[in-house]
Amino acid sequence: MERIEAANSEAFRRMLAGAPLLVDVVPAGEAIPGLAGDAGERKVLHAGPPVAWERMCGPMRGAIAGAVVFEGWAADLAAAEAMAAAGEITLEPNHHHDAVGPMTGLTTRSMPVMLVENRAFGNRAYCTINEGLGKVMRFGGNDEEVLGRLRWLRDVLGPALARALRDSGGIALRSLVARGLTMGDEMHQRNVACSGLLLRELAPALARTSGDGAALAEILGFIGGNDQFFLNVAMAMGKALMDPVRGIEHASIVTAMCRNGTDFGIRVSATGDRWFTAPVEMPEGLYFPGFTEADANPDMGDSTIVETIGLGGFAMAASPAVAGFVGAGAASDAALTTRAMAEIVQGENPEWTIPALDYVGVPSGIDIRLVVETGLAPTINTGIAHREAGIGQVGAGVVRAPMACFEQALRAFAELEGVTEGGRA
Amino acid sequence: MSDDAIAGLLGGEISVINVGLERFAEDLEQQGVATLQVDWQPPAGGDAVLADLLSKLGV
Repeated sequence: MERIEAANSEAFRRMLAGAPLLVDVVPAGEAIPGLAGDAGERKVLHAGPPVAWERMCGPMRGAIAGAVVFEGWAADLAAAEAMAAAGEITLEPNHHHDAVGPMTGLTTRSMPVMLVENRAFGNRAYCTINEGLGKVMRFGGNDEEVLGRLRWLRDVLGPALARALRDSGGIALRSLVARGLTMGDEMHQRNVACSGLLLRELAPALARTSGDGAALAEILGFIGGNDQFFLNVAMAMGKALMDPVRGIEHASIVTAMCRNGTDFGIRVSATGDRWFTAPVEMPEGLYFPGFTEADANPDMGDSTIVETIGLGGFAMAASPAVAGFVGAGAASDAALTTRAMAEIVQGENPEWTIPALDYVGVPSGIDIRLVVETGLAPTINTGIAHREAGIGQVGAGVVRAPMACFEQALRAFAELEGVTEGGRA
Repeated sequence: MSDDAIAGLLGGEISVINVGLERFAEDLEQQGVATLQVDWQPPAGGDAVLADLLSKLGV
């Protein structure tokens, strides 16, 4: 159908035309209208499509309890859980507020969020700051160590990053990601290069705007010691790039993929903000010493926005190291994954290229028609959380987006297009 | 193809391209036959309703 091809070309054009810059770090309650003032009172934004407390997985519940204590809405975790179970905490997806978050993905009003502006279209997207490894809220952690780090992000790192970004005038992300791909990152489970490149750009401005040498040393050590620091930047960039693609009539391109540990959800351009959901699948991967598949929580997080823009599993060929880390096989297997994903997309990104594939561009613009036709579900590189709250990451692996999401979306899309089984409506 | 051509094809060393079910390729490989497996499945996994919709949506 020519109108679908034309609409998908426009969707792809908007993806490639995006000009995302990391420009600021601000408290979520100042940046996101839905978390400002009274609207942000006792409200927690979470990863994935909408899900009620009763259906939430262990790490998500644990993280919410921690966030409620962090905001001072409850005195302890037990009281926080009771409040959430009683419906006294409003729970909404990040995606409903121009935001994304990794794993549990929690965002509350006093947490600092990184602001990525898409200068080509004027829209903004937000993501919290990556907490580092170990016991962290994104994996369901909620004890004093976790909350103490969140206070440091709120009181020290967030404001310092804000000063540095304002001083530097912002950091252009498309070119930075292009370099990262040539240095072995795929921007989901490997962000070593981009985290280093970002720190290299930020460090002078951090030094210029810091009046406290000890605090500066702590900040540089925190960013430099976190190989995944850039993940949250890449996610905000992904959201900023995909939001202008929403709502294009006749376009069958996926604009968001995300999961909440219970359901996987996708949105498609022509069907607007409607979610198509199915139960999440279990990642297959490698586990840290002492843990097995029996410890794993089902798939979780908004980080699949990076696959939605052609990175992560789609760019696996750029990152042989990740293929080993997530148990996806050899470098040749990584190349096969990227080639397979090329069968379900609108095109290649000419700026984000993969040296090992003779500089072919990353496959971008997932077309639900091609996913259903080929039976090739998007491949996602992911961290694996422990199924119980408060323990943290236990491994990393690969997971497929559930085909049922795409089949539902295709039926709804066909209905919008006036196409029915056996004949046209 | 004539009967002679078929006889000629199978009379010498053969190379096989197998499309779809891997079992056929596996059996031939076990007999030492050079086989290339093509990873293929019917459109929409064989779901006739979805395949019909896809054909009308330009795929």
